[in-house]
Amino acid sequence: MSGRFSIRCLSAAMTVALLTAACGGGQPDSSTPAATGAPATPPTTIESATAATVTGKISFAGTAPAAAPIKMTSDPNCAQPGAPPATTEAFLVGSGGELQNVFVYVKDGLGNRTFAAPSTPVVLNQQGCHYLPHVLGIQVGQPLEIRNDDATLHNVHALATQNAEFNQGQPLKGMKNIHTFTTKEVMVPFKCDVHGWMNSFVGVLDHPFFAVTGADGSFALKGLPPGTYTIEAWHEKLGTQTQMVTVGEKETKDVAMTFKL
Amino acid sequence: MLLYLFALLVATSTAVLIFAGGLVTSTGSGLSVPDWPTTYGWFMFTFPLDKMVGGIRYEHTHRLIASTVGFLIVILAVWLWRAEPRAWVRRMGYVALAAVVTQGILGGITVLWYLPDLVSIAHAGLAQLVFCLTISIALVLSPGWKSAYEPSRAVKARAAYNGDPVLQRIALATTILIYVQILAGATMRHTDAGLAIPDFPFAFGRLIPPVWDAKIAIHFAHRVGALIVASMVIATTGHALYHHGRRGELRRPSILLLALVAVQITLGALTVLSGKQFIINSLHVVTGAAVFGTSLVLTLRAHRPRFAFDAAPRAYGSAA
Repeated sequence: MSGRFSIRCLSAAMTVALLTAACGGGQPDSSTPAATGAPATPPTTIESATAATVTGKISFAGTAPAAAPIKMTSDPNCAQPGAPPATTEAFLVGSGGELQNVFVYVKDGLGNRTFAAPSTPVVLNQQGCHYLPHVLGIQVGQPLEIRNDDATLHNVHALATQNAEFNQGQPLKGMKNIHTFTTKEVMVPFKCDVHGWMNSFVGVLDHPFFAVTGADGSFALKGLPPGTYTIEAWHEKLGTQTQMVTVGEKETKDVAMTFKL
Repeated sequence: MLLYLFALLVATSTAVLIFAGGLVTSTGSGLSVPDWPTTYGWFMFTFPLDKMVGGIRYEHTHRLIASTVGFLIVILAVWLWRAEPRAWVRRMGYVALAAVVTQGILGGITVLWYLPDLVSIAHAGLAQLVFCLTISIALVLSPGWKSAYEPSRAVKARAAYNGDPVLQRIALATTILIYVQILAGATMRHTDAGLAIPDFPFAFGRLIPPVWDAKIAIHFAHRVGALIVASMVIATTGHALYHHGRRGELRRPSILLLALVAVQITLGALTVLSGKQFIINSLHVVTGAAVFGTSLVLTLRAHRPRFAFDAAPRAYGSAA
Protein backbone atom coordinates (compact mmCIF):
# COMPACT_ATOMS: atom_id res chain seq x y z
CA MET A 1 0.00 0.00 0.00
CA SER A 2 1.41 3.38 -0.91
CA GLY A 3 1.95 6.00 1.77
CA ARG A 4 -0.56 8.37 0.17
CA PHE A 5 -3.23 5.71 0.10
CA SER A 6 -2.48 4.86 3.71
CA ILE A 7 -2.96 8.49 4.71
CA ARG A 8 -6.31 8.61 2.90
CA CYS A 9 -7.48 5.39 4.54
CA LEU A 10 -6.48 6.53 7.99
CA SER A 11 -8.02 9.98 7.52
CA ALA A 12 -11.29 8.47 6.37
CA ALA A 13 -11.43 6.07 9.32
CA MET A 14 -10.67 8.84 11.81
CA THR A 15 -13.30 11.08 10.25
CA VAL A 16 -15.87 8.34 10.70
CA ALA A 17 -14.72 7.90 14.30
CA LEU A 18 -15.12 11.62 15.02
CA LEU A 19 -18.50 11.80 13.32
CA THR A 20 -19.63 8.82 15.35
CA ALA A 21 -18.72 10.60 18.53
CA ALA A 22 -20.19 13.93 17.45
CA CYS A 23 -23.45 12.75 16.00
CA GLY A 24 -25.80 10.08 17.21
CA GLY A 25 -29.31 9.95 18.44
CA GLY A 26 -29.10 11.85 21.69
CA GLN A 27 -31.83 11.45 24.25
CA PRO A 28 -35.16 10.51 22.84
CA ASP A 29 -37.87 13.13 22.80
CA SER A 30 -39.21 13.20 26.30
CA SER A 31 -42.77 13.89 25.32
CA THR A 32 -44.51 11.95 22.63
CA PRO A 33 -46.92 13.93 20.46
CA ALA A 34 -50.59 13.50 21.18
CA ALA A 35 -52.03 10.38 19.69
CA THR A 36 -54.08 10.34 16.57
CA GLY A 37 -56.51 8.14 18.40
CA ALA A 38 -59.51 10.35 17.72
CA PRO A 39 -62.54 8.19 17.08
CA ALA A 40 -63.81 8.07 13.51
CA THR A 41 -67.41 8.13 14.63
CA PRO A 42 -68.90 10.48 17.22
CA PRO A 43 -68.21 9.37 20.77
CA THR A 44 -70.93 7.44 22.54
CA THR A 45 -72.90 9.30 25.15
CA ILE A 46 -73.91 7.11 28.05
CA GLU A 47 -77.25 8.06 29.52
CA SER A 48 -76.82 8.09 33.26
CA ALA A 49 -80.49 7.23 33.69
CA THR A 50 -79.98 3.82 32.10
CA ALA A 51 -76.33 3.16 32.94
CA ALA A 52 -75.54 -0.17 34.52
CA THR A 53 -72.72 -1.28 36.81
CA VAL A 54 -70.66 -4.43 37.13
CA THR A 55 -69.05 -4.90 40.49
CA GLY A 56 -67.15 -7.79 41.88
CA LYS A 57 -64.32 -9.25 43.81
CA ILE A 58 -61.21 -11.06 42.70
CA SER A 59 -59.82 -13.69 45.01
CA PHE A 60 -56.86 -15.98 45.25
CA ALA A 61 -57.27 -19.55 46.45
CA GLY A 62 -54.33 -21.34 47.94
CA THR A 63 -51.07 -20.22 49.41
CA ALA A 64 -49.59 -17.23 47.66
CA PRO A 65 -45.82 -16.91 47.41
CA ALA A 66 -44.53 -14.70 50.19
CA ALA A 67 -43.43 -11.23 49.21
CA ALA A 68 -39.65 -11.28 48.84
CA PRO A 69 -37.49 -8.48 50.19
CA ILE A 70 -35.95 -6.19 47.57
CA LYS A 71 -32.26 -5.37 47.86
CA MET A 72 -31.84 -1.73 46.95
CA THR A 73 -28.19 -1.46 47.87
CA SER A 74 -27.20 -0.67 44.29
CA ASP A 75 -28.62 2.82 44.75
CA PRO A 76 -28.43 4.42 48.18
CA ASN A 77 -30.85 7.13 47.03
CA CYS A 78 -33.70 4.62 46.92
CA ALA A 79 -33.99 4.04 50.63
CA GLN A 80 -36.86 5.97 52.18
CA PRO A 81 -36.16 7.10 55.76
CA GLY A 82 -38.54 5.38 58.14
CA ALA A 83 -40.20 3.36 55.40
CA PRO A 84 -40.71 -0.39 55.92
CA PRO A 85 -38.40 -2.70 53.99
CA ALA A 86 -39.43 -2.90 50.35
CA THR A 87 -40.88 -6.17 49.10
CA THR A 88 -42.04 -7.54 45.76
CA GLU A 89 -45.55 -6.58 44.65
CA ALA A 90 -46.54 -9.44 42.38
CA PHE A 91 -48.73 -11.19 44.97
CA LEU A 92 -50.63 -8.88 47.28
CA VAL A 93 -53.22 -11.12 48.90
CA GLY A 94 -55.40 -10.22 51.86
CA SER A 95 -56.16 -12.51 54.78
CA GLY A 96 -59.41 -13.58 53.14
CA GLY A 97 -57.81 -14.22 49.77
CA GLU A 98 -58.52 -10.75 48.36
CA LEU A 99 -56.25 -10.23 45.36
CA GLN A 100 -54.91 -6.74 44.75
CA ASN A 101 -53.59 -5.23 41.52
CA VAL A 102 -55.83 -7.16 39.16
CA PHE A 103 -56.77 -5.24 36.03
CA VAL A 104 -60.45 -5.84 35.29
CA TYR A 105 -62.00 -4.57 32.08
CA VAL A 106 -64.67 -5.03 29.46
CA LYS A 107 -63.01 -7.16 26.84
CA ASP A 108 -65.97 -7.50 24.50
CA GLY A 109 -69.57 -6.39 24.12
CA LEU A 110 -69.32 -2.67 23.45
CA GLY A 111 -69.86 -3.10 19.71
CA ASN A 112 -68.86 -0.20 17.53
CA ARG A 113 -69.27 2.40 20.23
CA THR A 114 -66.46 4.89 20.53
CA PHE A 115 -65.43 6.89 23.55
CA ALA A 116 -63.64 10.22 23.82
CA ALA A 117 -60.33 10.14 25.66
CA PRO A 118 -60.28 12.27 28.82
CA SER A 119 -57.81 15.13 28.82
CA THR A 120 -57.03 14.57 32.50
CA PRO A 121 -53.70 12.78 32.73
CA VAL A 122 -53.23 9.50 34.51
CA VAL A 123 -50.18 9.71 36.76
CA LEU A 124 -47.47 7.06 37.01
CA ASN A 125 -45.09 8.11 39.73
CA GLN A 126 -41.65 6.85 40.66
CA GLN A 127 -41.23 7.07 44.39
CA GLY A 128 -38.78 5.24 46.62
CA CYS A 129 -37.65 3.41 43.47
CA HIS A 130 -41.13 1.96 43.01
CA TYR A 131 -43.76 2.65 40.42
CA LEU A 132 -46.94 4.00 41.93
CA PRO A 133 -49.40 2.61 41.13
CA HIS A 134 -48.15 -0.84 40.25
CA VAL A 135 -51.06 -1.49 37.87
CA LEU A 136 -53.14 1.16 36.16
CA GLY A 137 -55.49 1.69 33.25
CA ILE A 138 -55.63 4.43 30.66
CA GLN A 139 -57.53 5.23 27.48
CA VAL A 140 -56.04 5.53 24.04
CA GLY A 141 -55.19 9.20 23.52
CA GLN A 142 -55.34 10.04 27.21
CA PRO A 143 -52.14 11.62 28.55
CA LEU A 144 -49.97 9.49 30.82
CA GLU A 145 -47.91 11.70 33.09
CA ILE A 146 -44.75 9.94 34.23
CA ARG A 147 -43.09 11.62 37.19
CA ASN A 148 -39.81 11.14 38.97
CA ASP A 149 -40.19 11.94 42.67
CA ASP A 150 -36.86 10.31 43.53
CA ALA A 151 -33.53 12.02 44.04
CA THR A 152 -31.99 9.58 41.59
CA LEU A 153 -32.07 8.67 37.92
CA HIS A 154 -34.70 6.48 36.36
CA ASN A 155 -35.23 5.29 32.85
CA VAL A 156 -38.84 4.68 31.93
CA HIS A 157 -38.90 1.76 29.55
CA ALA A 158 -42.27 0.74 28.12
CA LEU A 159 -42.06 -2.66 26.46
CA ALA A 160 -45.11 -2.14 24.29
CA THR A 161 -45.83 -4.51 21.44
CA GLN A 162 -48.93 -2.96 19.84
CA ASN A 163 -47.87 0.62 20.63
CA ALA A 164 -44.42 2.07 20.07
CA GLU A 165 -41.82 0.91 22.55
CA PHE A 166 -40.08 3.79 24.29
CA ASN A 167 -37.26 4.34 26.76
CA GLN A 168 -36.94 7.78 28.30
CA GLY A 169 -34.44 9.05 30.84
CA GLN A 170 -35.48 11.02 33.90
CA PRO A 171 -32.19 11.97 35.53
CA LEU A 172 -33.53 14.64 37.87
CA LYS A 173 -36.07 14.73 40.67
CA GLY A 174 -39.28 16.46 39.67
CA MET A 175 -39.05 15.63 35.98
CA LYS A 176 -42.28 14.84 34.15
CA ASN A 177 -42.86 13.25 30.78
CA ILE A 178 -46.17 13.01 28.98
CA HIS A 179 -46.90 10.04 26.78
CA THR A 180 -50.01 8.98 24.90
CA PHE A 181 -50.78 5.56 23.51
CA THR A 182 -52.14 5.16 20.02
CA THR A 183 -53.87 1.81 20.22
CA LYS A 184 -55.33 -0.53 22.82
CA GLU A 185 -52.97 -2.98 24.49
CA VAL A 186 -53.46 -5.14 27.56
CA MET A 187 -50.95 -4.85 29.16
CA VAL A 188 -47.92 -2.63 28.50
CA PRO A 189 -45.13 -3.61 30.92
CA PHE A 190 -43.01 -0.74 32.24
CA LYS A 191 -39.59 -1.27 33.74
CA CYS A 192 -36.62 0.69 34.97
CA ASP A 193 -33.36 -0.84 33.77
CA VAL A 194 -31.41 1.18 36.34
CA HIS A 195 -33.32 -0.45 39.19
CA GLY A 196 -34.10 -3.95 38.01
CA TRP A 197 -36.85 -4.57 40.58
CA MET A 198 -39.02 -1.66 39.39
CA ASN A 199 -41.89 -2.70 37.19
CA SER A 200 -45.43 -1.63 36.46
CA PHE A 201 -48.23 -2.57 34.07
CA VAL A 202 -50.46 -0.25 32.10
CA GLY A 203 -53.70 -1.42 30.50
CA VAL A 204 -54.54 0.67 27.43
CA LEU A 205 -58.12 0.54 26.21
CA ASP A 206 -60.30 2.38 23.74
CA HIS A 207 -63.08 2.75 26.32
CA PRO A 208 -63.36 3.81 29.95
CA PHE A 209 -64.68 0.55 31.44
CA PHE A 210 -61.77 -0.75 33.47
CA ALA A 211 -60.65 -0.84 37.07
CA VAL A 212 -57.82 -2.15 39.23
CA THR A 213 -58.65 -4.14 42.34
CA GLY A 214 -57.75 -2.58 45.65
CA ALA A 215 -56.57 -4.21 48.86
CA ASP A 216 -60.06 -5.70 49.37
CA GLY A 217 -59.96 -7.31 45.90
CA SER A 218 -63.02 -5.39 44.77
CA PHE A 219 -63.68 -3.46 41.57
CA ALA A 220 -66.53 -1.55 39.92
CA LEU A 221 -67.16 -0.88 36.25
CA LYS A 222 -69.66 1.97 36.22
CA GLY A 223 -71.63 3.74 33.51
CA LEU A 224 -72.03 0.73 31.21
CA PRO A 225 -74.72 0.76 28.54
CA PRO A 226 -77.14 -2.13 29.10
CA GLY A 227 -75.92 -5.23 27.30
CA THR A 228 -73.95 -8.45 27.49
CA TYR A 229 -70.25 -8.17 28.16
CA THR A 230 -67.16 -10.29 28.46
CA ILE A 231 -65.31 -9.21 31.58
CA GLU A 232 -61.65 -10.12 31.77
CA ALA A 233 -59.44 -10.07 34.85
CA TRP A 234 -55.68 -9.89 34.29
CA HIS A 235 -52.97 -10.58 36.84
CA GLU A 236 -49.25 -10.23 36.15
CA LYS A 237 -48.39 -13.73 37.38
CA LEU A 238 -51.68 -15.59 37.31
CA GLY A 239 -52.79 -14.78 33.79
CA THR A 240 -56.36 -14.00 32.81
CA GLN A 241 -59.89 -15.15 33.51
CA THR A 242 -63.05 -14.14 31.71
CA GLN A 243 -66.70 -14.17 32.57
CA MET A 244 -69.85 -13.19 30.68
CA VAL A 245 -72.34 -10.87 32.30
CA THR A 246 -75.59 -9.29 31.12
CA VAL A 247 -76.82 -6.07 32.67
CA GLY A 248 -80.11 -4.29 32.08
CA GLU A 249 -80.94 -0.62 32.51
CA LYS A 250 -79.75 0.77 35.87
CA GLU A 251 -78.90 -2.75 36.92
CA THR A 252 -75.90 -3.72 39.04
CA LYS A 253 -74.50 -7.21 38.69
CA ASP A 254 -71.83 -8.84 40.74
CA VAL A 255 -69.01 -10.91 39.29
CA ALA A 256 -66.57 -13.03 41.26
CA MET A 257 -63.44 -14.67 39.96
CA THR A 258 -60.90 -16.79 41.76
CA PHE A 259 -57.32 -17.31 40.65
CA LYS A 260 -55.21 -20.29 41.58
CA LEU A 261 -51.56 -21.07 41.11
CA MET B 1 9.51 -3.30 21.19
CA LEU B 2 7.51 -0.38 22.54
CA LEU B 3 4.93 -0.76 19.78
CA TYR B 4 4.64 -4.47 20.61
CA LEU B 5 4.06 -3.70 24.29
CA PHE B 6 1.48 -1.09 23.36
CA ALA B 7 -0.31 -3.59 21.11
CA LEU B 8 -0.35 -6.03 24.05
CA LEU B 9 -1.92 -3.32 26.20
CA VAL B 10 -4.58 -2.71 23.53
CA ALA B 11 -5.38 -6.43 23.32
CA THR B 12 -5.63 -6.69 27.11
CA SER B 13 -7.87 -3.64 27.32
CA THR B 14 -10.11 -5.17 24.65
CA ALA B 15 -10.50 -8.27 26.82
CA VAL B 16 -11.43 -6.04 29.75
CA LEU B 17 -13.99 -4.35 27.51
CA ILE B 18 -15.52 -7.71 26.60
CA PHE B 19 -15.82 -8.55 30.31
CA ALA B 20 -17.49 -5.18 30.94
CA GLY B 21 -19.88 -5.86 28.05
CA GLY B 22 -20.64 -9.25 29.58
CA LEU B 23 -21.53 -7.53 32.85
CA VAL B 24 -23.95 -5.22 31.02
CA THR B 25 -25.93 -8.08 29.49
CA SER B 26 -25.63 -10.32 32.56
CA THR B 27 -27.16 -7.65 34.79
CA GLY B 28 -29.80 -6.65 32.23
CA SER B 29 -28.46 -3.10 32.22
CA GLY B 30 -28.27 -2.61 28.46
CA LEU B 31 -31.02 -0.01 28.42
CA SER B 32 -30.33 1.64 31.77
CA VAL B 33 -28.88 4.57 29.84
CA PRO B 34 -31.55 5.32 27.26
CA ASP B 35 -29.60 7.80 25.14
CA TRP B 36 -26.41 7.53 23.07
CA PRO B 37 -23.75 8.86 22.63
CA THR B 38 -24.79 11.09 25.53
CA THR B 39 -25.61 9.72 28.98
CA TYR B 40 -28.88 11.12 30.32
CA GLY B 41 -28.11 14.20 28.26
CA TRP B 42 -24.58 14.63 29.69
CA PHE B 43 -21.49 14.45 27.53
CA MET B 44 -20.22 10.95 28.25
CA PHE B 45 -17.04 12.01 30.03
CA THR B 46 -18.71 14.62 32.25
CA PHE B 47 -21.45 12.35 33.60
CA PRO B 48 -21.36 12.80 37.40
CA LEU B 49 -19.87 9.87 39.30
CA ASP B 50 -22.52 10.10 42.03
CA LYS B 51 -25.16 9.30 39.41
CA MET B 52 -23.52 5.99 38.54
CA VAL B 53 -26.14 3.90 40.33
CA GLY B 54 -27.88 0.62 39.64
CA GLY B 55 -27.59 -0.59 36.07
CA ILE B 56 -25.97 2.68 34.98
CA ARG B 57 -22.73 1.60 36.68
CA TYR B 58 -22.37 -1.28 34.24
CA GLU B 59 -23.62 0.40 31.09
CA HIS B 60 -21.82 3.71 31.52
CA THR B 61 -18.58 2.03 32.64
CA HIS B 62 -18.79 -0.15 29.53
CA ARG B 63 -19.12 2.98 27.40
CA LEU B 64 -16.14 4.66 29.11
CA ILE B 65 -13.95 1.58 28.66
CA ALA B 66 -15.13 1.28 25.05
CA SER B 67 -14.17 4.89 24.38
CA THR B 68 -10.75 4.29 25.92
CA VAL B 69 -10.21 1.16 23.84
CA GLY B 70 -11.34 3.04 20.74
CA PHE B 71 -8.83 5.79 21.50
CA LEU B 72 -6.06 3.25 22.08
CA ILE B 73 -6.83 1.60 18.74
CA VAL B 74 -6.68 4.99 17.01
CA ILE B 75 -3.20 5.45 18.51
CA LEU B 76 -2.22 1.93 17.50
CA ALA B 77 -3.36 2.49 13.91
CA VAL B 78 -1.48 5.77 13.67
CA TRP B 79 1.61 4.26 15.26
CA LEU B 80 1.55 1.33 12.85
CA TRP B 81 1.05 3.68 9.94
CA ARG B 82 4.05 5.74 11.01
CA ALA B 83 6.44 3.03 12.16
CA GLU B 84 5.55 -0.38 10.77
CA PRO B 85 7.42 -1.40 7.61
CA ARG B 86 5.11 -4.29 6.69
CA ALA B 87 2.17 -3.01 4.66
CA TRP B 88 -0.10 -5.92 5.65
CA VAL B 89 0.46 -5.19 9.32
CA ARG B 90 -0.37 -1.52 8.74
CA ARG B 91 -3.54 -2.65 7.01
CA MET B 92 -4.45 -4.72 10.06
CA GLY B 93 -4.31 -1.50 12.07
CA TYR B 94 -6.71 0.23 9.69
CA VAL B 95 -9.08 -2.73 9.76
CA ALA B 96 -8.98 -2.77 13.59
CA LEU B 97 -9.80 0.94 13.60
CA ALA B 98 -12.70 0.49 11.18
CA ALA B 99 -13.95 -2.48 13.21
CA VAL B 100 -13.90 -0.64 16.51
CA VAL B 101 -15.72 2.35 14.96
CA THR B 102 -18.35 -0.02 13.56
CA GLN B 103 -18.54 -1.69 16.94
CA GLY B 104 -19.21 1.64 18.63
CA ILE B 105 -21.97 2.42 16.14
CA LEU B 106 -23.53 -1.02 16.68
CA GLY B 107 -23.43 -0.42 20.43
CA GLY B 108 -25.24 2.86 19.99
CA ILE B 109 -27.80 1.45 17.58
CA THR B 110 -28.61 -1.45 19.85
CA VAL B 111 -29.41 0.98 22.67
CA LEU B 112 -31.45 3.35 20.51
CA TRP B 113 -33.38 0.47 18.95
CA TYR B 114 -34.03 -1.27 22.30
CA LEU B 115 -31.61 -4.19 21.92
CA PRO B 116 -32.84 -5.95 18.79
CA ASP B 117 -31.47 -9.51 18.86
CA LEU B 118 -29.67 -9.31 15.53
CA VAL B 119 -27.85 -6.05 16.31
CA SER B 120 -26.95 -7.20 19.82
CA ILE B 121 -25.58 -10.51 18.49
CA ALA B 122 -23.62 -8.63 15.81
CA HIS B 123 -22.25 -6.33 18.55
CA ALA B 124 -21.12 -9.37 20.55
CA GLY B 125 -19.66 -11.09 17.48
CA LEU B 126 -17.75 -8.06 16.26
CA ALA B 127 -16.32 -7.50 19.74
CA GLN B 128 -14.58 -10.87 19.43
CA LEU B 129 -13.26 -9.96 15.99
CA VAL B 130 -11.84 -6.68 17.32
CA PHE B 131 -10.19 -8.67 20.11
CA CYS B 132 -8.87 -11.15 17.57
CA LEU B 133 -7.45 -8.32 15.44
CA THR B 134 -5.66 -6.69 18.38
CA ILE B 135 -4.20 -10.05 19.44
CA SER B 136 -3.04 -10.72 15.89
CA ILE B 137 -1.40 -7.32 15.67
CA ALA B 138 0.38 -7.86 18.98
CA LEU B 139 1.49 -11.30 17.84
CA VAL B 140 2.98 -10.20 14.54
CA LEU B 141 4.79 -7.37 16.31
CA SER B 142 6.31 -9.73 18.86
CA PRO B 143 10.05 -10.46 18.73
CA GLY B 144 9.31 -14.17 18.46
CA TRP B 145 7.19 -13.76 15.34
CA LYS B 146 9.73 -11.45 13.75
CA SER B 147 12.51 -13.95 14.27
CA ALA B 148 10.22 -16.70 13.01
CA TYR B 149 10.70 -18.34 16.43
CA GLU B 150 14.38 -18.88 15.71
CA PRO B 151 14.09 -21.75 13.28
CA SER B 152 16.88 -24.23 13.37
CA ARG B 153 19.44 -24.33 10.60
CA ALA B 154 17.87 -27.49 9.31
CA VAL B 155 14.51 -25.77 9.00
CA LYS B 156 16.03 -22.68 7.43
CA ALA B 157 17.84 -24.88 4.99
CA ARG B 158 14.57 -26.29 3.76
CA ALA B 159 13.58 -23.39 1.59
CA ALA B 160 10.25 -24.98 0.76
CA TYR B 161 9.38 -25.64 4.41
CA ASN B 162 5.87 -24.40 5.03
CA GLY B 163 5.21 -25.85 8.45
CA ASP B 164 3.01 -28.75 9.48
CA PRO B 165 0.00 -28.74 7.13
CA VAL B 166 -2.03 -31.01 9.42
CA LEU B 167 -1.56 -28.71 12.38
CA GLN B 168 -2.27 -25.69 10.22
CA ARG B 169 -5.56 -27.09 8.97
CA ILE B 170 -6.81 -28.50 12.24
CA ALA B 171 -5.85 -25.38 14.20
CA LEU B 172 -7.58 -23.14 11.67
CA ALA B 173 -10.71 -25.31 11.77
CA THR B 174 -10.68 -25.21 15.57
CA THR B 175 -10.40 -21.42 15.63
CA ILE B 176 -13.27 -21.04 13.16
CA LEU B 177 -15.41 -23.48 15.17
CA ILE B 178 -14.68 -21.57 18.36
CA TYR B 179 -15.92 -18.40 16.71
CA VAL B 180 -19.09 -20.16 15.52
CA GLN B 181 -19.57 -21.40 19.08
CA ILE B 182 -19.13 -17.85 20.38
CA LEU B 183 -21.82 -16.66 17.96
CA ALA B 184 -24.09 -19.48 19.19
CA GLY B 185 -23.43 -18.33 22.75
CA ALA B 186 -24.21 -14.73 21.84
CA THR B 187 -27.46 -15.85 20.21
CA MET B 188 -28.38 -17.80 23.32
CA ARG B 189 -27.52 -14.83 25.50
CA HIS B 190 -29.45 -12.25 23.54
CA THR B 191 -32.51 -14.41 22.98
CA ASP B 192 -32.69 -15.09 26.71
CA ALA B 193 -32.20 -18.82 26.24
CA GLY B 194 -29.45 -19.17 28.85
CA LEU B 195 -31.66 -21.12 31.23
CA ALA B 196 -33.91 -22.73 28.64
CA ILE B 197 -32.37 -26.02 29.78
CA PRO B 198 -32.20 -25.59 33.54
CA ASP B 199 -30.06 -28.59 34.51
CA PHE B 200 -26.50 -29.70 33.78
CA PRO B 201 -24.92 -31.95 32.49
CA PHE B 202 -28.27 -33.42 31.44
CA ALA B 203 -31.12 -31.68 29.67
CA PHE B 204 -34.33 -32.05 31.67
CA GLY B 205 -32.76 -35.17 33.17
CA ARG B 206 -31.95 -36.74 29.80
CA LEU B 207 -29.17 -36.69 27.26
CA ILE B 208 -31.47 -35.18 24.63
CA PRO B 209 -34.18 -32.71 25.66
CA PRO B 210 -37.60 -34.43 25.70
CA VAL B 211 -39.31 -31.16 24.73
CA TRP B 212 -38.28 -28.63 22.15
CA ASP B 213 -38.84 -24.99 21.35
CA ALA B 214 -36.65 -22.33 19.75
CA LYS B 215 -34.88 -21.40 23.00
CA ILE B 216 -34.21 -25.00 23.99
CA ALA B 217 -32.83 -25.65 20.50
CA ILE B 218 -30.48 -22.65 20.70
CA HIS B 219 -29.33 -23.65 24.18
CA PHE B 220 -28.79 -27.28 23.21
CA ALA B 221 -26.91 -26.24 20.07
CA HIS B 222 -24.50 -24.28 22.29
CA ARG B 223 -23.92 -27.36 24.46
CA VAL B 224 -23.33 -29.58 21.44
CA GLY B 225 -21.03 -26.88 20.08
CA ALA B 226 -19.06 -27.00 23.33
CA LEU B 227 -18.52 -30.74 22.89
CA ILE B 228 -17.38 -30.31 19.30
CA VAL B 229 -15.05 -27.44 20.19
CA ALA B 230 -13.60 -29.36 23.15
CA SER B 231 -12.96 -32.37 20.89
CA MET B 232 -11.29 -30.19 18.28
CA VAL B 233 -9.17 -28.46 20.88
CA ILE B 234 -8.02 -31.82 22.28
CA ALA B 235 -7.19 -33.03 18.77
CA THR B 236 -5.31 -29.84 17.86
CA THR B 237 -3.36 -29.48 21.05
CA GLY B 238 -2.69 -33.23 21.18
CA HIS B 239 -1.22 -33.06 17.70
CA ALA B 240 0.80 -29.95 18.53
CA LEU B 241 2.16 -31.38 21.76
CA TYR B 242 2.94 -34.79 20.31
CA HIS B 243 4.63 -33.62 17.14
CA HIS B 244 5.96 -30.21 18.17
CA GLY B 245 6.29 -30.50 21.92
CA ARG B 246 9.77 -29.02 21.89
CA ARG B 247 8.67 -25.86 20.16
CA GLY B 248 7.74 -23.50 22.96
CA GLU B 249 5.73 -21.19 20.70
CA LEU B 250 3.33 -24.07 19.99
CA ARG B 251 3.55 -25.91 23.31
CA ARG B 252 2.65 -22.91 25.49
CA PRO B 253 -0.58 -21.87 23.70
CA SER B 254 -1.56 -25.55 23.42
CA ILE B 255 -1.35 -26.09 27.16
CA LEU B 256 -3.04 -22.77 27.82
CA LEU B 257 -5.82 -23.60 25.37
CA LEU B 258 -6.52 -26.93 27.06
CA ALA B 259 -6.66 -25.25 30.46
CA LEU B 260 -8.90 -22.45 29.22
CA VAL B 261 -11.35 -24.87 27.62
CA ALA B 262 -11.60 -26.79 30.91
CA VAL B 263 -12.25 -23.52 32.77
CA GLN B 264 -14.74 -22.41 30.13
CA ILE B 265 -16.81 -25.61 30.32
CA THR B 266 -16.81 -25.34 34.10
CA LEU B 267 -17.98 -21.72 33.89
CA GLY B 268 -20.69 -22.71 31.42
CA ALA B 269 -21.96 -25.36 33.82
CA LEU B 270 -21.82 -22.95 36.75
CA THR B 271 -23.69 -20.33 34.73
CA VAL B 272 -26.62 -22.72 34.40
CA LEU B 273 -26.42 -24.14 37.92
CA SER B 274 -26.16 -20.68 39.52
CA GLY B 275 -29.15 -19.37 37.59
CA LYS B 276 -26.92 -17.06 35.52
CA GLN B 277 -25.07 -15.41 38.40
CA PHE B 278 -23.81 -12.29 36.69
CA ILE B 279 -20.10 -12.53 37.57
CA ILE B 280 -19.89 -16.18 36.52
CA ASN B 281 -21.87 -15.40 33.39
CA SER B 282 -19.53 -12.52 32.46
CA LEU B 283 -16.43 -14.61 33.18
CA HIS B 284 -17.86 -17.21 30.79
CA VAL B 285 -18.02 -14.53 28.09
CA VAL B 286 -14.48 -13.27 28.56
CA THR B 287 -13.03 -16.77 28.92
CA GLY B 288 -14.68 -17.58 25.60
CA ALA B 289 -12.73 -14.68 24.14
CA ALA B 290 -9.54 -15.99 25.75
CA VAL B 291 -10.13 -19.45 24.23
CA PHE B 292 -10.68 -17.85 20.84
CA GLY B 293 -7.60 -15.63 21.15
CA THR B 294 -5.35 -18.49 22.30
CA SER B 295 -6.51 -20.75 19.50
CA LEU B 296 -5.86 -17.93 17.06
CA VAL B 297 -2.33 -17.47 18.39
CA LEU B 298 -1.67 -21.20 18.01
CA THR B 299 -3.08 -21.12 14.47
CA LEU B 300 -1.03 -18.11 13.41
CA ARG B 301 2.14 -19.55 14.91
CA ALA B 302 1.47 -22.83 13.12
CA HIS B 303 1.20 -20.83 9.91
CA ARG B 304 4.27 -18.71 10.63
CA PRO B 305 6.52 -20.59 8.16
CA ARG B 306 4.16 -19.60 5.38
CA PHE B 307 4.93 -15.95 6.02
CA ALA B 308 8.13 -14.74 4.43
CA PHE B 309 11.20 -14.20 6.55
CA ASP B 310 10.78 -10.76 5.11
CA ALA B 311 13.79 -8.57 5.63
CA ALA B 312 13.48 -9.09 9.31
CA PRO B 313 16.54 -7.59 11.00
CA ARG B 314 16.88 -4.59 8.71
CA ALA B 315 13.25 -3.51 8.60
CA TYR B 316 12.31 -4.27 12.19
CA GLY B 317 15.24 -2.45 13.65
CA SER B 318 13.55 0.92 13.27
CA ALA B 319 9.97 -0.24 13.72
CA ALA B 320 9.70 -0.22 17.43
